[in-house]
Amino acid sequence: MTSHTDPAGLVSLPEGHQRASLPRVQTGLSDRAIAWLFIGPTMALLLAINLFPLLWTIFLSFTNYRANRPNAPLWNVGFDHYVAILTDPDIWLRMQATAHFVFWTIALQTVIGFGLAYLVDRKFRGHGFWTTLILVPMMLSPAVVGNFWTFLYQPQIGLFNYVVGFFGGIAPGSFQMLGDVTLSPWAIIIVDTWMWTPYVMLICLAGLRSIPDYIYEAAEVDRASNIRQFVSITLPMCMPFIMLAILFRGIENFKMFDMVNLLTAGGPGSTTELASITLKRAAFEAWRTGYSSAFAIILFVAVFGLANIYVKTLNKVKAR
Amino acid sequence: MSAANSAHSVVEPSGYAKLIASCLVALYAVISLVPLVWIGLTSVKSSTDSISYPPKVIPYVDFQPSIEGYCNLFSTRSRQTTEYIQSLPAPQGACESIARSRGMVVVGPSNYVPRYINSLIIAFGSTFLSIALGTAAAYAFSRFKVPLKDDLLFFILSTRMMPPIAVAIPIYLMYRELGLSDTRLGMILLYTSVNVSLAVWLLKGFIDEIPREYEEAAMIDGYTRLQAFRKVVLPQAVTGIVATAIFCLIFAWNEYAFAVLLTSGAAQTAPPFIPIIIGEGGQDWPAVAAGTVLFLVPILVFTVLLRQHLLRGITFGAVRK
Amino acid sequence: MKKRFTLAMGIAASALLGAAPASAQGKSITLCWAAWDPANALVELSKDFTAKTGIAMKFEFVPWPNFADRMLNELNSKGKLCDLMIGDSQWIGGSAENKHYVKLNDFFAKEGIKIGDFLPTTVDAYSTWPKGTQNYYALPAMGDAMGWTYRKDWFGRADLQAEFRKKHGRDLAPPKTWTELQEVAQFFQGRDIDGKKVFGVAIPTERGSEGITMGATSALYAHGFRYENPTRPYQMQGFVNSLDAIAGLEAYKALFKCCTPPGYTNGYMQEGLDAFKSGQVAMQMNWFAFFPGLFKDPAVGGDRIGFFVNPSQKTEGSTLGGQGISVVSYSANQAEALAYIKWFADAEVQKKWWSLGGYSCHKSVLNDPNFPNTAPFAADFLKAMGNVKDFWQEPSYAQLLQATQRRLHDYVVADKGTAKEALDSLVQDWTKVFKEDGKN
Repeated sequence: MTSHTDPAGLVSLPEGHQRASLPRVQTGLSDRAIAWLFIGPTMALLLAINLFPLLWTIFLSFTNYRANRPNAPLWNVGFDHYVAILTDPDIWLRMQATAHFVFWTIALQTVIGFGLAYLVDRKFRGHGFWTTLILVPMMLSPAVVGNFWTFLYQPQIGLFNYVVGFFGGIAPGSFQMLGDVTLSPWAIIIVDTWMWTPYVMLICLAGLRSIPDYIYEAAEVDRASNIRQFVSITLPMCMPFIMLAILFRGIENFKMFDMVNLLTAGGPGSTTELASITLKRAAFEAWRTGYSSAFAIILFVAVFGLANIYVKTLNKVKAR
Repeated sequence: MSAANSAHSVVEPSGYAKLIASCLVALYAVISLVPLVWIGLTSVKSSTDSISYPPKVIPYVDFQPSIEGYCNLFSTRSRQTTEYIQSLPAPQGACESIARSRGMVVVGPSNYVPRYINSLIIAFGSTFLSIALGTAAAYAFSRFKVPLKDDLLFFILSTRMMPPIAVAIPIYLMYRELGLSDTRLGMILLYTSVNVSLAVWLLKGFIDEIPREYEEAAMIDGYTRLQAFRKVVLPQAVTGIVATAIFCLIFAWNEYAFAVLLTSGAAQTAPPFIPIIIGEGGQDWPAVAAGTVLFLVPILVFTVLLRQHLLRGITFGAVRK
Repeated sequence: MKKRFTLAMGIAASALLGAAPASAQGKSITLCWAAWDPANALVELSKDFTAKTGIAMKFEFVPWPNFADRMLNELNSKGKLCDLMIGDSQWIGGSAENKHYVKLNDFFAKEGIKIGDFLPTTVDAYSTWPKGTQNYYALPAMGDAMGWTYRKDWFGRADLQAEFRKKHGRDLAPPKTWTELQEVAQFFQGRDIDGKKVFGVAIPTERGSEGITMGATSALYAHGFRYENPTRPYQMQGFVNSLDAIAGLEAYKALFKCCTPPGYTNGYMQEGLDAFKSGQVAMQMNWFAFFPGLFKDPAVGGDRIGFFVNPSQKTEGSTLGGQGISVVSYSANQAEALAYIKWFADAEVQKKWWSLGGYSCHKSVLNDPNFPNTAPFAADFLKAMGNVKDFWQEPSYAQLLQATQRRLHDYVVADKGTAKEALDSLVQDWTKVFKEDGKN
């Protein structure tokens, strides 16, 4: 492996060496012009493809607009869609399914991912090779993965049922991961965990590498036990990274659509119909553009709000 | 490990701990690779073998490898009567022979290659654009006094919190008006807009790390700001740029929701296409698996070659906020 | 202004991507349809069109689970991908009202195409909007309905015959009623045949698109389900959730629970074909469109396969499938697309269409006295087309369908609530949709 840079370099340094005021001998564009030239295109793109659509969505959410009936009269429905969504018990069931999915995927991925990172950080021979292998699932397309797991989960011919049956001593056809109301929420959690644990592992590994060796050396001098070192040094110093991993995975899984849509299509019944699947059905199958815009805004506000609260907590943890 | 770091023997884990750790990590790696190996194995099975029970595992022992999956991936076939097939001249090539033995003839190429080419153009195009825009913006945010800097940066980040389906609604309407539906340009712009936020955040982390003194020294030597950026900062930021590019590429290469909603033919990428490869009875699993394997290749090569940048990439921007 | 912008973008795009616009080497048109057996037959048939007119044909076939999503998306985004669209029967309302399809009345009159040459049920179902009026948006292209296949070889076994007769006091034969269907399916469920465990039926249970609706309505229609009060449109209370409808839905669930292969919780056309072709099931409910292919299947075709029309219970009824062929109004090649329709409407072409495995709706084909003998499923097809019923064809059909998919899957597969509750909820869902559309 190549020599890695000073691990301490990963930790954030306080912002800003003060800029030395230098005699300006060079010619060319002024810094101000360069700043705008450099930021301008990015901002323009984001305004055009992110902000403008967001504002448009907000506007549409107050109308009866349907994208498949462009010629129908448009009128203002006020907060009707918002009220309808927030008072719809079905929507709350979808939110519960989403919360269940987000909670368990995060819990499993954090525990396994951190555990793996901790083991990889023992720096045994060939850890680089094994780490690279572990990363492969997260490079796959979630849609392709979801589709292929329907094959692995088939009760008669699927590998998953076969292996579980083989080691569990039960008939492979005796349980159905995708068709069963109690098992299907776990079926999607298993696939997501399989796919994204490596990602959490990577972030945690960065955290572990960021702990300067001298802290351990000091602990060693104090004859602190390994467990003590883990509890009082490793875990707390890694915590900001773990919480970041949770933030990233939380945001991603709250938006989860592709993998689950191809794996279960929300079924059986509506057991695994996550919020984004409901949104897709309302927006692109039923073409209730106004209604789905309102739902989109509600989801956005929810993610945004939760992420903000979370980031505040994260900063407090980091400040410790 | 460099000589400078070798003095840390005191925190070096014991040989015993290393052994246990390596076994556990290897075990996890092996288990997590089983589904991938299964995809690979399925791609070289005949369709009958792919759905047999109990599953057939070992090539040449349990089943005869077949290129049928790859043939079916690249061709479309139609069923014909035995008389008609017998009236044809001898089959050209292995794929035609396999099709004939199933009572079918190859009628033409499938859409896999065009979809794959779309994927290449859109994923690499948007990655390039994201990196170009992101590096410039990151440099500006890192070095200049930009009004409302924190607000702008937060705005850039928040664009990633919108569920893709939610963004897709207005984008769909907008593209319909602009004639960008189902165009590669439309998809490149869209993926760039999603990736550029990540690029700015990650790259700002990297560029912050590069001491300003370098450019300032160069500028004293007579470089303009732009020359200093190009000749001093960019070479220093290569690691960061590569790491960021990997993440942008993984996203753009694998993206499904926008692709399925905003493209139908001309600009459709491979992810919406692979799951809908069907054979005559049910999903053609060998062909699906073959499509998956080939689709994984570029990203895997890219990542393995550049793997040491990955760890740095994932951490930099992250740690800065 | 908009045009110029698009043009500029286009130039930028081709410069950027090195993509030259397709050069016009003779005319070519694209036909969009679902990816299934009849589509292959159409490719074959269309060679004659290219030979005759010099217009090349390109095809865009999308598998059924994505077909509606993708093509309606294409139409709604005013896409130019398809010049001709063989769209599903339920799309006709929306596509007519939003002018996705070209209205064909003038064209028919000018070219002397007589819509009366086609079976009236198919014209009503595939071509007209509002339904039954003389506003034509399509030419009937492919007749279709839900039917059944069974393993004739298994049914014919002497030992099984004897055992069945002892148990039920009648021959083991294709069921005539849903009660018989359940008995036969139960009889095969879990049975050992040639050393392999087999199951009773493969019936649609798919959640994502329209599967379970198409399957369950086959049971519902046979039990006397109706969409609305025949004298008062859109009044559904007491019809959709009538006692007959409840009995029908319960029968469907009972069949699913007792007699499908394990894990058959999200199956539709392809999964049904898969189960039947691999010898897992004794009977299969599927579209007639697949029957020519099944009959030719080397493993289960020929003498081993038999066909029957959807069993009755209180009444006869089959779920309608099938499509008409339309010209997309955003197409740049409307003249060529219309030429295709003109060619396709010809009696001789229609005859060849049927011989290749496409279900022609042309009277000269169907009313031929010899027609029932042309294929083992031809007679059943005629019978089914005589009693078909279709799902709502309203512009809001997708919403109505979504509600149906959900209520049915919740009850049948996910075991939520009772049949009455499912249908009561469905009436509420549908009423809400119609109310939003100002229809009630």
